[in-house]
Amino acid sequence: MVNTEILGNRTNSSVPLGVRNSLGGRGYTSTRNSCKLCAPLGASLVFKGIEGCVPLIHGSQGCATYIRRYMISHYKEPVDIASSNFSEETTVFGGSRNFITGIDNIIKQYKPQVIGIASTCLSETIGEDIPGHIRNYCETYKGLEKNLPTFIHASTPSYCGSHAEGYYNTVLATIKTVTEYEKTDNSITIIPGMVTPADIRYLKELLDDFGLKYTLFPDYSETLDNEYTSEYQLIPTGGTPIWKIKRIGNSKAVIEFGNVFNKGVSRTKDVGTIQSAGEWLESSLYIKNYQMPQPIGIEASDRLMDVLKELSGKEIPEKHRKERGRLVDAYVDAHKYVFGKKALLYGEEDFVTALADWLREIGIETYFKKGADFETLREEAENFKPDLLIGNSKGYYIARERKIPLVRLGFPIHDRFGASRIHQIGYRGTQELFDLVVNALIEYKQENSPIGYKYL
Amino acid sequence: MAKTLIEDLELGKFVEEVSEAYPKKVAKKRMKSMVVNDPDSIPEIQANVRTIPGIITQRGCTYAGCKGVVLGPTRDIINITHGPIGCGFYSWLTRRNQTRADKPEMENFIPYSFSTDMHDSNIVFGGEEKLKQAIREAYELFKPKGIAIFSTCPVGLIGDDVHRVARHMKEELPGVNIFGFSCEGYRGVSQSAGHHIANNGLYKNLIGNNDNYVRKNKYAINVLGEYNIGGDAFVIEDLFEKIGVDIVATMSGNSTLEQFETAHTADFSLVMCHRSINYVAEMLETSFGIPWAKANFIGAEATAKTLRKVGQYFGDQELIDRIEAVIAEEMIPVKAAIEKAKAKTEGKTAMLFVGGSRAHHYQELFTELGMEILVAGYEFGHRDDYEGRRVIPSIKVDADSRNIEEITVYPDPTRFKPRKTEEELAQLKEAFDIEFNDYKGIMKDMKKGTLVVDDLSHHEMEKLIEKYKPDVFCAGIKEKYVVQKMGIPMKQLHNYDNGGPYAAFEGAINFYKDIEMIACSTIFKQMKAPWELEEVLEAEYVFN
Ligand code: SF4
Ligand code: SF4
Repeated sequence: MVNTEILGNRTNSSVPLGVRNSLGGRGYTSTRNSCKLCAPLGASLVFKGIEGCVPLIHGSQGCATYIRRYMISHYKEPVDIASSNFSEETTVFGGSRNFITGIDNIIKQYKPQVIGIASTCLSETIGEDIPGHIRNYCETYKGLEKNLPTFIHASTPSYCGSHAEGYYNTVLATIKTVTEYEKTDNSITIIPGMVTPADIRYLKELLDDFGLKYTLFPDYSETLDNEYTSEYQLIPTGGTPIWKIKRIGNSKAVIEFGNVFNKGVSRTKDVGTIQSAGEWLESSLYIKNYQMPQPIGIEASDRLMDVLKELSGKEIPEKHRKERGRLVDAYVDAHKYVFGKKALLYGEEDFVTALADWLREIGIETYFKKGADFETLREEAENFKPDLLIGNSKGYYIARERKIPLVRLGFPIHDRFGASRIHQIGYRGTQELFDLVVNALIEYKQENSPIGYKYL
Repeated sequence: MAKTLIEDLELGKFVEEVSEAYPKKVAKKRMKSMVVNDPDSIPEIQANVRTIPGIITQRGCTYAGCKGVVLGPTRDIINITHGPIGCGFYSWLTRRNQTRADKPEMENFIPYSFSTDMHDSNIVFGGEEKLKQAIREAYELFKPKGIAIFSTCPVGLIGDDVHRVARHMKEELPGVNIFGFSCEGYRGVSQSAGHHIANNGLYKNLIGNNDNYVRKNKYAINVLGEYNIGGDAFVIEDLFEKIGVDIVATMSGNSTLEQFETAHTADFSLVMCHRSINYVAEMLETSFGIPWAKANFIGAEATAKTLRKVGQYFGDQELIDRIEAVIAEEMIPVKAAIEKAKAKTEGKTAMLFVGGSRAHHYQELFTELGMEILVAGYEFGHRDDYEGRRVIPSIKVDADSRNIEEITVYPDPTRFKPRKTEEELAQLKEAFDIEFNDYKGIMKDMKKGTLVVDDLSHHEMEKLIEKYKPDVFCAGIKEKYVVQKMGIPMKQLHNYDNGGPYAAFEGAINFYKDIEMIACSTIFKQMKAPWELEEVLEAEYVFN
């Protein structure tokens, strides 16, 4: 059973949990140990998925520093993000001078093909006109525009949405800014959402195996999980080239993973009129949009394969058919470990809902709650009594307190190694997730057994 | 006479070369922040000025300095971030400041991150009511002794007054000390503005609130500017336990609200991180008559020197004997560890770019390992941290510094009691060379010809490494993977790469081992594949 609502009656079993009553059961106004991050982080992730792109966060330097810090400790790669470095004066007189200096310096140091600009709470609060700044900047280089990088702007005030909103809005903003339509060709576009670099590599392999011509955007599989290069790369290689993003308009179809997109619970404005990138491409450029949840699990991955079969006119390649077969086989073999277990999930809504569908597929009961912070989840866990937690590193304290395993997925993972290399979608990713979950449960059982069995 | 390594490198040339990548104006500005050192005639360095937009910096924001650094390590004050969600999330348990409650049932709020998570309606209509409600909730949940409110960037602009809210809530919740900080991220050029704001707040709201400190030992001191990263403060606590001196307050590693409130009862303050806490040290001196001296527990020799200072200050032979006994005992394993490590580390080179004092403190450890510091600098230091406090009167006050409230402190009418007379201090200085209420800065301790760079940019870092290939590069997580991608071993001196403690004798031994391990790591030799190696040989041949 997937339970997305608050569970029934709760018992007050520890001091902090009892407080709920004195607050009249209204729930909390404050956010206690947040489950979400802020919007420019999501924007930066998208910008890292564009070839030759340097992100600039228009606001005070702290946001860029914090965001870099989190991305770097998760991906374990250099992540350069510039800031326009507002001062008190800037908040009074506006940020156009900082903007110009910032862009000048980025161009001089990096010679980027693209500069991706995200706003912050501060620049949005003072009403910065970033599109205007960009226009003015280009004005001064009239006639020399060819030498300028492409500018992409995404509006990302965090008081209007979380990092997920920031991510999806930036995908949309990039496509709206760059994409042109010439004539429809035989290619497709795939927008996978906030998946891992390993997932992106997997998707590319899969599409190649189907013989499809495609544009995958945003592609941070190399920029955020790079090989060791003996020469230091100022801007790491990889990323979706801008000329390919331009041609997205020519695609015959789009595949986008998700069902919440930039319309999540953290979104506080315009929920009704907001479109995802795929929806926009469909409504504005009449490109057929195959929207589907992130393909985690057999059912969800089958759906992806069906679409790929339809679009390529080919049967599912042997390699992938076999991956499916092995996955089914594994389900059968490990059924006894997972069936009837309960998992508490948290993270980005699109990821969590896809995970929940998969867990149901393998017989694990799930609990998650839209918009909840960690303390609320901790309280709910009293009643739900999960056997394991699935989510990012920040929930570790709940697992520790309850003495149950935490399977680390999502963002940020800063207390385990190799987050970039986890596969979580398709048959291959599902297999990896399945092994992780099964082994977490086995390990738990083994460690808590008084006998210490070696065969389980 | 043969040239020394440092003379040979001619680091001065680097400054012009590296500036070439900048537009002219930027180059001009950056060149003032890069100077060749001369300890006998200390040159002026530009520091604590705004990072230029578009230049990638190591620095964080004012909020980070106030909430994250100074107030963050205290375990029994609830910290509420007033603002949108990101700032609070990012500052949640990201520094490795440890804490250890005396008993398991005692409060520890460090794992909690309270935020008002402002939404657009709060930005438009104000967020004070939401903040009040958050304070009520924090109170209902934990009944804490203290609640601190931290403003993030949008707060000041939309006209929310966290101090008004604090006053209001203090009336509503009597017995709880509630206070706010106007530490919006844009206020200063770096974390250091936040340190200053935090220092002012500590003085105004906590220090001096409680006269009832019960001593265990005859003498009592404060350890200021020690944040217990990787357990450093624990080792220092143990050390003072051994020599039989009370630590009334550590600011703020492993601290409690009560420690701040009673700090004014100590006899002497030792200052570790001068940058982040010198204002409190000064205020304790002016208000209560407690002298302070710069201390350093990073490095075995430095630790011994600091302990001896304490003995000399109190001038008690029994204490001095205890200190000497502890030093003698601790130095045995230290010496052995140094000997062992030195075989690998002697003659190697290091560069350090951390914090507002760490780049200075850690030089001691590298020197003990026989290593040479080529270049060093601070992330958020001021000129006095480089050139010494003597330059303070001549530091230009710019718009950014004017932003920060300067509070005037007077001697406390009833509790000001100079712990030492002027003459006694002069005698101590004369006899033992103890500098009271002073810090001589990093440059005095760096060799002639070394390079000092303030607010090192990403670009400058790459060029330094490319050109001089140090054996160890020290900075923080944001620099880590850039350095490693360039094939240079990297040591994080903010979070210690999950190592530590590195303070005092025990910590020094840990550090020697870690550096020895890094210095002889074979991984960095394997970074080139065999087919790449050939190319390099060729290149070398041509070069010769
Ligand atoms: S918004 Fe301001 S306070 Fe928050 S992280 Fe950014 S600079 Fe710091
Ligand atoms: S002010 Fe906004 S953009 Fe900056 S860190 Fe805070 S939530 Fe994120």
